[in-house]
Amino acid sequence: MKHCRATEEPVWVRRALLAVGLGFLLFFLALPLLAVFTEALARGWPAYVEALKEAETRSAILLTVVIALAVLPFNILFGVAAAWAIAKFDFRGKSLLLTLIDLPFAVSPVVAGLVFILLFGAQGTFGPWLSAHDIKIIFAVPGMIVATLFITFPFIARELIPLMQSQGKEEEEAALSLGASGWQMFWRVTLPNIKWGLLYGVILANARAMGEFGAVSVVSGHIRGETNTLPLHVEILYNEYNQIGAFAAASVLALLALVTLAAKTLVEWRMHKETAMLTADLAPEPGEG
Amino acid sequence: MKASRPVLPGFGLALGYTLVYLSLLILLPLGGMVLKSAHLGLAGILEIATDERALASLRVTFGTSLLAATLNAGFGLVVAWILVRYPFPGKRFVDALVDLPFALPTAVAGITLTTLYAGNGWLGRWLEPFGIKVAYTPLGIVVALTFITLPFVVRTLQPVLEDIEAEVEEAAASLGASRWQTFVKIIFPTVFPALLTGFALAFARAIGEYGSVIFIAGNLPLISEITPLLIISKLEQYDVAGATALAVVMLALSFVLLLGINLLQWWAANRHRPTEPLNVAAGTESP
Repeated sequence: MKHCRATEEPVWVRRALLAVGLGFLLFFLALPLLAVFTEALARGWPAYVEALKEAETRSAILLTVVIALAVLPFNILFGVAAAWAIAKFDFRGKSLLLTLIDLPFAVSPVVAGLVFILLFGAQGTFGPWLSAHDIKIIFAVPGMIVATLFITFPFIARELIPLMQSQGKEEEEAALSLGASGWQMFWRVTLPNIKWGLLYGVILANARAMGEFGAVSVVSGHIRGETNTLPLHVEILYNEYNQIGAFAAASVLALLALVTLAAKTLVEWRMHKETAMLTADLAPEPGEG
Repeated sequence: MKASRPVLPGFGLALGYTLVYLSLLILLPLGGMVLKSAHLGLAGILEIATDERALASLRVTFGTSLLAATLNAGFGLVVAWILVRYPFPGKRFVDALVDLPFALPTAVAGITLTTLYAGNGWLGRWLEPFGIKVAYTPLGIVVALTFITLPFVVRTLQPVLEDIEAEVEEAAASLGASRWQTFVKIIFPTVFPALLTGFALAFARAIGEYGSVIFIAGNLPLISEITPLLIISKLEQYDVAGATALAVVMLALSFVLLLGINLLQWWAANRHRPTEPLNVAAGTESP
């Protein structure tokens, strides 16, 4: 009988666990991913390209990008501000604030859409005022932007807070005592320090903003060519039994997901490398940053 | 003057902006919804939430979410274990792929899983002969929710498994513990809080999920209709009060869950250092 090391499992246990774990991932991750592209290309490349060239699909792609571009700057600004206040200062109620920032993670997307209908919808709180001034928010792009803002609210702040907490405030204090102004300190010390974490948060927030379905669906009104994002367009095509069109649009989103995963992995790798370099640098030459 | 540390600027601006943005975008809209439901009264809300169809939808939502989170707790532990401990080819790729459900839009997951598990799908055609129907049944909801919440348990367990020191396991082994005993008595208790946190996060996410479920569920009232969908169908019938009441019930339930998750994380972070003097950071915790 072969003996294995006392801190390792027997070979058959290792093989069984590998089979169970990888089998689970095969059925639940790899097969669905493969199926998206297989279904999209079921009738060959020309049919696929034709489906993507459709005017409504193109306008859905455009709107998806527009919404993401409108949402990200707000979330970046909020993420940096919240992380600066929470990571660098002490104040009462900080853990309550952290919990509140997480709140959108716990709210169903459908509820997130509903709250804005109650505010800006025809029977909503501001409904009469908005219609008197001919401003459309619900069943229009502004409502979709606001709902997406709600859904993606925590992403960047959640990445930056622990990062800035771990970095402490010595470097900023050093910059100030060397005579830097507040903004100089921010642009030359803080931002370079958090750039990878910020990028990481932006990647995650962008994926969610472009892929959001529930919240946007509630406030969009599904007006073709006007308030259809790509995920909503996937639903419409699918419900019309347009399998090729639905999966062609879905494959664009799946590609976006793959690019997101690749970018995320790259940034993680950069961050690890940078922390490793910093700790290695620290001993011989603390001057370089 | 030289010795004094400079005070960092921007606290007022940063906190002020944070609070204003948080209030306008999150707190006021949610608070507004709760206020709108107030004129129904607690009795009115409960009446809407305990109506036969609503109650059935809550049962479906919570039942399938519980099953999906449990499945992920079990398989997630195995996946995290093999990713941390065993070498195998393509490991980095598999590790990155675990986050796919976070990156893939839910509608895409919904139509793909439905196509896979439908009677003529790649997987459905093998299950159908055994009388197992997945697509358009509550089982389909479990499949969709398992996919959507797959990364939670794996990602909360991985860092904890990585942090377990080899010395502890060696000590257990040298004292005569079998590998199974070491796992049950040493490793499992260490990772248990993280496992529970991952489970709770998956459960919370699953309860609110809409996009992937509606495609695969079949959406039959009383059988495979989830609460978020019922909220939408009430909205579409202009029953705003009913939709609001159900939304408030869901909000309250997810708030309780979020509180539970935070308590869990606090418990997990604190239980391993009982001998340390009083934590200074604990002073900033608000009750």
